[in-house]
Amino acid sequence: MKRRGFIIAVLPLALSIGCGRRNAESPLPQAKAFGAALVEVSGGKQIAIVGSPLDQPLIVQVNDAQGAPVAGAAVSLQVNDDAVVTPPAGLTGPDGQLSVGVALGGMSGHYRVVTTTRDKSGKVIELRSDEIALGYQQNLGRELNETYCSRCHDSESTAERVSNHDNLNAKPHAFTEGSFFNTRSDADLSSIITHGGPALNKSPEMPPYGATLHKTDIEALIAYIRAVSDPPYRLKGLVYAKN
Amino acid sequence: MRVHPKIASAWRFLFADSGRAFGTLAVVLVLCLAVVPVKHHFREWARYQAGYLRLIRHRSDSAGLERRLQPGIQQTWIPELGVVDRCTTCHVATKESSLMDMGTQPYRPHPAVPHSLTEFGCVMCHRGQGAATTVEDAHRSTKAGEQAVLPANYFAAGCGQCHQDAPIGTPQLNLGRSLLARYGCVNCHTLQTAQGVTMQGSDEPPPLIHIGEKTTRQWIYAWLKNPQAYSTTATMPDFKLSDAAARDISAYLIAQSTPYLAADAPKAAIAGGADAANPQEGASVYGEAFCASCHAVQNAAGLMVGGDLGPELTRIGSKVKPEWLAQWVRNPKVYFPQTAMSHYRFTEKQAGLLTGFLEAKTDSDFLAKVNLESPTQEQIVNGKALINEFGCAACHAINRIQRPDNFAPELTAVGSKPLSKIAFVGTVPHTLPDYLAAKVRQPRIFGAKLKMPQYNFTPAQVDAVVTALLAQTERAQALPATLRVQGHPLSNYHPAAKAGRLMEDMQCFSCHSINGRGGTMAPDLTWEGSAVQRQWLVNFMKNPNTLRPALIRRMPKFNVTDAEAETLADYITTVYQTPAFDSDSLDAASFTAGDRERGRQLFYSKYACQSCHIVDPQNDKGYVGPTLTQVGTRLTAAWVFHYLKNPQALRPGTIEPNQNISDDDTRALTAFLMAQKKSPAQEAAKK
Repeated sequence: MKRRGFIIAVLPLALSIGCGRRNAESPLPQAKAFGAALVEVSGGKQIAIVGSPLDQPLIVQVNDAQGAPVAGAAVSLQVNDDAVVTPPAGLTGPDGQLSVGVALGGMSGHYRVVTTTRDKSGKVIELRSDEIALGYQQNLGRELNETYCSRCHDSESTAERVSNHDNLNAKPHAFTEGSFFNTRSDADLSSIITHGGPALNKSPEMPPYGATLHKTDIEALIAYIRAVSDPPYRLKGLVYAKN
Repeated sequence: MRVHPKIASAWRFLFADSGRAFGTLAVVLVLCLAVVPVKHHFREWARYQAGYLRLIRHRSDSAGLERRLQPGIQQTWIPELGVVDRCTTCHVATKESSLMDMGTQPYRPHPAVPHSLTEFGCVMCHRGQGAATTVEDAHRSTKAGEQAVLPANYFAAGCGQCHQDAPIGTPQLNLGRSLLARYGCVNCHTLQTAQGVTMQGSDEPPPLIHIGEKTTRQWIYAWLKNPQAYSTTATMPDFKLSDAAARDISAYLIAQSTPYLAADAPKAAIAGGADAANPQEGASVYGEAFCASCHAVQNAAGLMVGGDLGPELTRIGSKVKPEWLAQWVRNPKVYFPQTAMSHYRFTEKQAGLLTGFLEAKTDSDFLAKVNLESPTQEQIVNGKALINEFGCAACHAINRIQRPDNFAPELTAVGSKPLSKIAFVGTVPHTLPDYLAAKVRQPRIFGAKLKMPQYNFTPAQVDAVVTALLAQTERAQALPATLRVQGHPLSNYHPAAKAGRLMEDMQCFSCHSINGRGGTMAPDLTWEGSAVQRQWLVNFMKNPNTLRPALIRRMPKFNVTDAEAETLADYITTVYQTPAFDSDSLDAASFTAGDRERGRQLFYSKYACQSCHIVDPQNDKGYVGPTLTQVGTRLTAAWVFHYLKNPQALRPGTIEPNQNISDDDTRALTAFLMAQKKSPAQEAAKK
């Protein structure tokens, strides 16, 4: 009985700690200095599966009016829904930077980390950084992209994978290129993956994958392209349930 | 007994006569009966259903949405899976993907997954209490061993209950499972998959029965104290041993060690003199043998360069004895017959240079602080006791120590472990995933006396291991066999005869896979005999120039003799034949110049093969696929034809797309490709 009482007492507490972190307003530390601008150093636009912590920290920097880093400025960070930033507030280091960890929420889509600091007059300066959470389908698309697409569509080379991008006459579009992909319908993307470049009057250097990839694989690839698109892809019209 | 006057007057007011008493009791009865409808009216789920109706009221598609909404408690019951779900009572829109933009729970449509929601239900993947009808009970109840809803980053654990194959969509689960094997977790913990297969380690921990011949007691001591200080990529965990424990264990390991060479065996020449003084030539032997395909070395910038199949070699000179190393590079199987390392047929000069080059890779800091006096008998005896206590023999073979069975708790059903059986400590939240993550991250916080060692996992690796463990549920064991997706069965294929012995000696299976056995670094050779021409294979074996210019890991040169190369080529071309076609069925001589010209046009225009392959080194640039300048001397015409028709049928998983090429086009392409016979010598002469 005692034990049950203990569990009943502890569980809501644990859960409120576990689930309520986004609401827990941590006290903003006393600022020792004030900046005039906020910039993102690194860690924006990271891609990870839903609910997981991001690989790299999000690093923000406070600058003064001349663009020099400001140490000791108070910065607070907030993120929407059930994503978590740790720590949610802090003072910038000697290099004017603050590094925080971000764990994505349980839903796929964009999570926006809003970083704020105040200048001397108390005016709020805001910086927005988006992070991308992939659900099952988009993540499958990411894996397929790594295997089949990225050698040509990603112009960056790594030690393990040398990019073939520059060897092609028609340069493939990077999947983050929203200005191109957002104007193409799902049907168009599906047909170019299935039937190759000539299907949309484009280069045959894009081969057909319709007999190699399953239909659900192609849908997953499109879902991935939509997820990483920059600017973000907006759903148009009605989409009917598949499940 | 005296009754308070007020109570007495109230009693009289209510029950003075039978008429009043009847009225009073009737009112009480009505109130009692009203409890149920009132409770019913304020049900939590009814609020959510009403909220949904309000949410969709003004949408253009509201009529259809309303029509599809099923009022009341909804239940999915799948007896054979043990699933009872009422989740869709509140999560009314799981199948309405037109609401994807709305985004608030509980009204989010379910994202696309490969299975039907009604076929598997919700709790299979999400856990929680499916039968509950309140938010708190369904999501967060942990009463009497009940499980809370899984956090999103562990969802792949649901897939792992049926899938023992490695689906491409669950990289986290696959990584977790490979970590359990690679880091030797399953050497101590028994872990049976739902199919009843006991998971085997893939870490191949070295036997220690001759350890004294290989290294010094000082090195063993320093390694035991902190394996990652010697090699950051070491898979051996840190047992947090005290100085005395490390001293005693190292004493026993040296004391139990036996010689591995017969007393009269010829000793390999130790590197020295001119060889050791020639680091540049040594480095080029290291490079030419492609040691870096398997072994990594930390470069000046602190980056690891090389593969992870074998141990890191950054400080190898501080570890091994020169005479042992000299013998090892000549033939590693003498020391460790089961090693994954190939028997390179180095010349005496090459072996000397390589030994000298590796000997020079020392780190004076690593052993600087180690001062050990010669061990006492007591220390040796205590060392043996400690080895038994920490279960060292679960991984390593050690003389006079028996391999312990079931050394650590079984993990077969750890994913359904009831919380009541877990002793939580400190700030670890009281959920199963949090417990498992804490245990994997820092086992000793659950007690300083625990034996489980400290691993150096990154947060992503911890999540992966926890996902793999959460897939080990009781439900998975009880699933109907038809739902189970088998992994690759373990194959103990062994090639026969002289060629078979050669292939085992050179460890072809460390990189190549044949008939389901072997590594994944290099191409699968199961049907290689249908693919390649015998003469090319003989030449390749003697001088394996790379086929893929962009590849870092390459086939090493084994210095095979002519006779060995012919034996291997004969065996491979005879035995490794696909049943799909006869490799002699298409004669390259039957192609006409017209075929070849048409093939050339198809190659460059219609199919744009030059995007990925090089035929003309002057103009073509693609380097995703192998270079095809000499494909006419390498492959058989029949293979080229059938491969173009359906690459995945001959090499499962290859990224060359199946382009649905017609027979005529395939024939022309084959004609063009089979005409590509330029040898490097001819190319050089042209220039």
